[in-house]
Amino acid sequence: MAGVLLLAEHEAGALDELSLQALTLARELAGGETVNALLVGDGGREAAGLLGAYGVASAHVAEDERLAAYAPAAWARCLLDLIERLGPDAVLAAGTNRGNEVLAHVAARLDLPFAANVTELRGGSAGGEAVAAGGIELVRVRWGGSLLEEARLEGAPALLSVAPHALAAASANGAGAPTVEPFSPELEEPDLLVQVAEHVDTVTAGISLAEAKVVVSGGRGVGSADGFAILEELAEQLEAAVGCSRVVTSAGWRPHTDQVGQTGTKVAPDLYIACGISGATQHVAGCKGAKKILAINSDAEAPILASADYAVIGDLTEIVPAITAELRKARSSQ
Amino acid sequence: MRLLVCVKRVPLTGGKMVLTADEQALETRHLGFTISPHEECGVEEAVRIAEQHGGEVTVLTLGPPEAEEQVRETLAMGAHRGILLESGPDEWDPQGTSAAILDAIRADEAANGAFDLIVFGNESADSGNFQVGVRVAYALGRPVVTGLKGLSVEDGRARCEQEVAGGRDVYLVALPAVVSVLEGINLPRYPSVPAKLRARQKPIERSAPERPAPRLAKLRLVAPAGHGKQAQILGEGPEAAPAVVEVMRELGVT
Ligand SMILES: Cc1cc2nc3c(=O)[nH]c(=O)nc-3n(C[C@H](O)[C@H](O)[C@H](O)COP(=O)(O)OP(=O)(O)OC[C@H]3O[C@@H](n4cnc5c(N)ncnc54)[C@H](O)[C@@H]3O)c2cc1C
Ligand SMILES: Nc1ncnc2c1ncn2[C@@H]1O[C@H](COP(=O)(O)O)[C@@H](O)[C@H]1O
Repeated sequence: MAGVLLLAEHEAGALDELSLQALTLARELAGGETVNALLVGDGGREAAGLLGAYGVASAHVAEDERLAAYAPAAWARCLLDLIERLGPDAVLAAGTNRGNEVLAHVAARLDLPFAANVTELRGGSAGGEAVAAGGIELVRVRWGGSLLEEARLEGAPALLSVAPHALAAASANGAGAPTVEPFSPELEEPDLLVQVAEHVDTVTAGISLAEAKVVVSGGRGVGSADGFAILEELAEQLEAAVGCSRVVTSAGWRPHTDQVGQTGTKVAPDLYIACGISGATQHVAGCKGAKKILAINSDAEAPILASADYAVIGDLTEIVPAITAELRKARSSQ
Repeated sequence: MRLLVCVKRVPLTGGKMVLTADEQALETRHLGFTISPHEECGVEEAVRIAEQHGGEVTVLTLGPPEAEEQVRETLAMGAHRGILLESGPDEWDPQGTSAAILDAIRADEAANGAFDLIVFGNESADSGNFQVGVRVAYALGRPVVTGLKGLSVEDGRARCEQEVAGGRDVYLVALPAVVSVLEGINLPRYPSVPAKLRARQKPIERSAPERPAPRLAKLRLVAPAGHGKQAQILGEGPEAAPAVVEVMRELGVT
């Protein structure tokens, strides 16, 4: 039996949306052959049962009490066991922290190439023949999404992760419930040397940047840490989160948890307001998921205007308070 | 303690990615160069650990001869010595990169003793392969923890913290170990002028490894769709406020 194998991440039985997106590409790569899934951790059986709707024929649930806390090499061992048993043409995961990490472990153990954050397959790359013929052609993400790369991936099985939000999760027609097959992976001591030993809860105050409907973000043009007061006031009116550029975090004006971009947080609000931000590709990589972008910039030639939907040209220290005042006025006259 | 940090020279692109005519690379004629913010934080973290516990920080890069500039910058941040593996013009795939780094580590450890801690960026800024650190760790037979936002070294052990939904996951690993870090783990220092001058005198060892045929082979680069919008100008100065609020109302965010 060939086909493909996917690491399906879940949280206590609730499937991760990004793994379902990865399944869309896994099905395409399988080209009609079997789609297998691996589930690790508590709730694996519940999650397994839900996978039929997405075209998974066989869901393999790794069961061992030592898997209760995440251990990357142990998860990789589960995949390695299944690779040996099922002989898949390709092994996939979502391009999450864990998905990429576990596949890197598998790649290192098997000394095989691994392509991270694939967005699509190129023609003729479906099915076992493409893998056997010496490589599948694919498109993958570079620069956090600011650039794409067409590449050829060798190796059997082909190892690849699927970039978040590149594809929609889609149910497969006519698929029944998968067979659920619990198994005991052959864990060895070194597989458990790196394992989560402790979880520390942190309470976050205010509106989370990643989930906010509106983000008011400031760059070098804000001028100082104190300069953010007018952005905070606007954010309060809009129940928005405050974000910033890397120049701002490097200067120590805001904590890194506020940074939007390739090496910061990726946001997807309905409206992103970029105040005094030039629009470097690494910044835009973090906010291009916004439905609309409004740029407030004194430079009518700033690159951010080529990523924005709306712009106001001028000094943000005048414009931002004027918008806040206008919102207040509108509220009081309602 | 002996510490090693691996960094990669990448172009500092501005507002737009411009490709060369053969679509094999970014057009860099008018660009400066840098390293990933993750790697910069890796250097800072290693220098702090050496300052705290005593020790020496080596910085290693596989890149063109010009990558000396990036190594010197890390030496100005407080690293002690550099290793520059000259790569030639063609891009190295992650397996080839890992193999070259591994050979250099083995050679250096044979001469100078094992590194207690090897620090990588979580992913390279340009190619983002998410794997070089893990591959090197496996080949060395050392534990590896990725994506760290917190790190402390005590009694031959490293306490490693990752940011996850709702809090932090903590790992405890014995040294020697390999870690990869994320920007935000610290706030890197700006090197002083005297530190920059001292960096010029610090040693950099060079060699030129052979590039193996890539098994993840770049065919060509492509700019993603959706670039080059033209923003609708709502106005100039504070007089534009009513127009902005009108747009907010249309978007249903007021
Ligand atoms: C690998 C890598 C990863 C990176 N990751 C990130 C990241 O995650 N996030 C990030 O933000 N950056 C990131 N960067 C840095 C990025 O390249 C830029 O340096 C940074 O985004 C620039 O920040 P800025 O727009 O605030 O500053 P600048 O580029 O200096 O722009 C300031 C803007 O403010 C405008 N301005 C000035 N005064 C006013 C005023 N009074 N009113 C209105 N407008 C005004 C100016 O016209 C200008 O457009 C990364 C870089 C690299 C190499
Ligand atoms: N050419 C290189 N030279 C030195 N270190 C590198 C190089 N490429 C990658 N690395 C290191 O490996 C990390 C992960 O890279 P990658 O697997 O390409 O995402 C980077 O953040 C660097 O620390």
